[in-house]
Amino acid sequence: MKMPVPDAALIARKAEIVRALQQIVPGEHVVSAASELVPFESDGLSAYRQAPIAVVLPETTAQVAEVLRWCQANGVKVVPRGAGTSLSGGALPLADGVVVGLSKFNRVLEVDYPNRCAVVQPGVTNLAITGAVEAEGFYYAPDPSSQIACTIGGNVAENSGGVHCLKYGLTTNNLLGCELVLMSGEIVRLGGKAMDADGYDLLGLVTGSEGLLGIVTEVTVRILPKPETAKAMLLGFASVEDAGGLVGDIIAAGVIPAGLEMMDNPAIRAAEAFVGVGYPVDCAALLIVELDGPQAECDELTGHIRALAAVRNVTFERVSKSEAERQAFWAGRKAAFPAVGRIAPDYFCMDGTIPRGKLPQVLARITELSGHYGLGVANVFHAGDGNLHPLILYDVDIPGDLEKAEAFGADILKLCVSVGGVLTGEHGVGVEKRDLMSEMFDETDLACQQRVKCAFDPGLLLNPGKVFPVLHRCAELGRVHVHRGKLAFPDLPRF
Amino acid sequence: MSNAPTLEPATPEEVLDAVAEAGAKGRRIEIVGGGTKRSVGSVERTDLVLSAARLDRIIDYAPDELVLTAQPGVRLADLEARVAEQGQMLAFEPPHWTRLLGATGQPTLGGVLAANVSGPRRVRAGAARDHFLGFEAVSGRGEMFKAGGKVVKNVTGYDLMKLMAGSWGTLAVLTEVTIKVLPAPRAETTLMLFGLNDTRALEAMGVAMNGPFEVSGAAHLPPFAAKASPMKAEMAVTAVRLEGFEASVTARAEALAAALRPFGRIETLDAGHSRPFWKQVREVEALADDPRPLWRLSLPPASGWRGPEQLAGDALYDWAGGQVWLRTEALPDRIRAVVANLGGHALCLQGGEAFTARSGALGALQARVKAAFDPLGVLNPGRMEGRG
Repeated sequence: MKMPVPDAALIARKAEIVRALQQIVPGEHVVSAASELVPFESDGLSAYRQAPIAVVLPETTAQVAEVLRWCQANGVKVVPRGAGTSLSGGALPLADGVVVGLSKFNRVLEVDYPNRCAVVQPGVTNLAITGAVEAEGFYYAPDPSSQIACTIGGNVAENSGGVHCLKYGLTTNNLLGCELVLMSGEIVRLGGKAMDADGYDLLGLVTGSEGLLGIVTEVTVRILPKPETAKAMLLGFASVEDAGGLVGDIIAAGVIPAGLEMMDNPAIRAAEAFVGVGYPVDCAALLIVELDGPQAECDELTGHIRALAAVRNVTFERVSKSEAERQAFWAGRKAAFPAVGRIAPDYFCMDGTIPRGKLPQVLARITELSGHYGLGVANVFHAGDGNLHPLILYDVDIPGDLEKAEAFGADILKLCVSVGGVLTGEHGVGVEKRDLMSEMFDETDLACQQRVKCAFDPGLLLNPGKVFPVLHRCAELGRVHVHRGKLAFPDLPRF
Repeated sequence: MSNAPTLEPATPEEVLDAVAEAGAKGRRIEIVGGGTKRSVGSVERTDLVLSAARLDRIIDYAPDELVLTAQPGVRLADLEARVAEQGQMLAFEPPHWTRLLGATGQPTLGGVLAANVSGPRRVRAGAARDHFLGFEAVSGRGEMFKAGGKVVKNVTGYDLMKLMAGSWGTLAVLTEVTIKVLPAPRAETTLMLFGLNDTRALEAMGVAMNGPFEVSGAAHLPPFAAKASPMKAEMAVTAVRLEGFEASVTARAEALAAALRPFGRIETLDAGHSRPFWKQVREVEALADDPRPLWRLSLPPASGWRGPEQLAGDALYDWAGGQVWLRTEALPDRIRAVVANLGGHALCLQGGEAFTARSGALGALQARVKAAFDPLGVLNPGRMEGRG
C-alpha cells in the first residue's frame, strides 16, 4: 500500500503551520510533539501508521471553518478524525497533512421526541446516543461492533452498519440532517428534521464519503421506539451449505430478522475459547438469529424458524430464555475480532458483500486460498445481507507475512466482485481497498465520482490518498470530451 | 411542455449516442419515463424528448437476494405485479399520482426513482432513495457510467444513488437500476379515530409513532377529505396502519388501541378495507380534480399542522404529519417562507413553479454538483432551478 509522495516543503513548514493552528484554536488543543502524535498515527487498521504534521482539536464549528479556510489558503492537506476506529484506514494521517480531530464535539445538543430525532455533535459515541434517549424508551438503531467507542461523525463518514442493519438500515437510512464545513470554510446545512430536503440529496451523498467531501460538525439522527422484546437463537450445522440454505429459507418465508449472523468453525472455536458461552465447537457453521418486536411475534417466528431449521438438518439449537441469555449468545459474535486476535498476532478483517446464494462457493474458495498462502482464516458473516468478514491471520514479525496477507485479502475481494458482489459492505474503501476500486469501477465510473469530489473540494486537500487509486486534477477531469462521431439514429431529423 | 420530436432509444448505447450528439451540437434534452410527472418543474425550451418507454425490461430478479435489476422504463404497475407474484413488494410504496396530476401515461420505475416519491409506508420503510442500490446511466457529458452494486449492503465509492434519487433527470439518464425488494406483509389492520382537529390528530399520530407499535402508515383526513369515497365519513378520520405477521399485528393493534383510547372511539379496518384506504391516501385522491395549486409540504412531523394553519386551503396529512398535501391559493413566496420557517420545504406539483430557487453556499454547491455531471446543461435544463 503506497500513499502519495509527501510534500517535503510542507513538512518543513511545520512550525509555521502549528503557530497558525494555535492562533485559530487556542490553548492546548494543537498537538505537535512527536511523542504526543503517536496515538494519532493510525486508526483501527493498525497495519499502517503515519504521524501527521500536527493534530488540531477544535471546539466550535467556527474554528473548524477557520482551520479549513487557512489550510485551503496554504495548500495544507487535512485528515478528519473521529474516534479512530475505522477498519479501512480512513483516518490514517498524512505525513504532509494535519489531522482535525472532532473529539471535543461531544455534546448531545437536543433530543426532540415529538419529531423522533436527536441533534448531536459528531464526537458523541454511537452508544451514547442510545444512552441519551433510552430512558424514554427510544434507541439509535445502527450498531457497529465498535459502538462503545466509535463516534456518530465517523459513522456518517463511513456509512456504518452493524448486526441490526438488515432490518433497520445503515447510517444513511437513519439520518435526517447535518451541518457540514467545506474545505473552503463555508458552512452548509443539509436536511433538518423533515423527512427530506429540497434540491439534490447531498446528505445522502456525504454519508459514506469517507471524509473526502467536508467535515460534519452536527448530526440529526432518527431515533426509534425500542422493540417490546428481543429473542436470539443459536443454530448449529454440519455444513456451511445447510446454514446458508436456511438463511435463504428464512427470507423466502417473508421473515427479515433483526440480526442474522453466521460464523464458520474457526470463528466459533476462537469465540468460544475467548468468552465460553456454550457455542457448539464441533459445528461447521453457527447461525445467530435475532427476532424483535412484540412477544407474540418473537414466539411465532421462533417456531417458524425452528421448523425450517429442522429441514436443513440443524444439529444444535438454543433459544434465549432471558435477556441475559440473549446477550450471552451475542457475546461470542461481538467478541469475534478480539477472540481471533488471541489466536494470531495480527489479522486483517475483510468486508466484501456477495449475493447470499454464492456463499458456499465463496467460502470454499477462501479455504483454498488459505492453503495457497499458508495463512489461517476465520469467517464471520452478516449472513442476512451477504456481508462477509473473513479474518486473515498473520504475524507481522514473520518477514513476508504482511504482504501475503494483503495479497490474500485482495484475492478475496476480487472473488467477491467476480461473483456479483462488492468490495466493501460497511467498513469503507479507505486506503485498504483503494487500489482495488478498478475491480468494480472503470475509469469513467471513477471520473464521475471524482468530479463530485471536485465540486466539494477542488484543491483535493481533504483526505487525499483515500478511496481513489489515482488522483486526477480537477481541471483535467472537468474537460468535456465530444463523444465518438457514430450516430445511432441516422434517420432522425438533425435540426 | 415540449413539442420537440421524441426519441425512443431501445438500448443504453442509443441513449449514449443521443446525449453525446446533443452535447456536441449544443442541443438540450427533456427526459421522460411515462411522462406522468412531466408537469412538475418547468423544463426550458428543449430540442428533443428522450423517452425511456422502450427500455422496459426486468433484467434480473432474485427474490432470495432481495434485489431486482430493471431498465428504467419498466412500468411501475408491471413491476409491482411481478414482485407480488413472489410475495414481495417495493417497500417504499411508490405513489402513481396519475389521477392527481391529470396524467395520461403510466409511471415508470425510473421516474419514481428520479423523483424520489414514496407512499405512506415511508414512515417505517424509508423512501425510494433508501431502496436504490445501484445504476448505470449516461451523464450529461455523454459518458456511460455506473455506481453502487447489485447487493443489499454496499459502501464502495460515493453513494451516487442518493444523488440520482430526486434529481428529476437533471444529472444523468438512467439506463439500468437495481433496487431492494422486501417481503410483503402477511397481515394488516388500520385503527381509526374520529372527529379530531388537526393538532389533536397529530398528537394521536405522535403517540402511535412513539410507541413500540411499528406503525407503517399514519394519516389524518380532515372532514372534507373523509367525506369522499371510500370513507364517506361525516367527520375527520385519523388512521394508523399496522402490518406484519398475523399474531404480531393482533398484539400490536391491541396495545395501540389502549394507547390511543384517550383520543376517543376507535374503529378497525380489516385488510380488505385497509388496502383501498391507504391507496387513496397514497394517491392523495381527496385533493385530485381541484383547480387550485397543489403543494406538497415536507415538515418536521410534529409541526405538520402549523403549515396549513398559516395558509388558507385544504390539507391532508400523511407520514404522521411529515408530509402535508395542500390545495391553496396562497402566494408561492408566502408558502415557501412559512414552510422554511418551520424547518421544511415546499414543492408545487400543479399550478405553479415546482422548486424553490437556491442561493448562498448551498445553492452554489448544488450548482457545482449539477455541473459535475452535466456541465453543458443538456439534461432537463432549468427543471430544478426554481424561479423567483
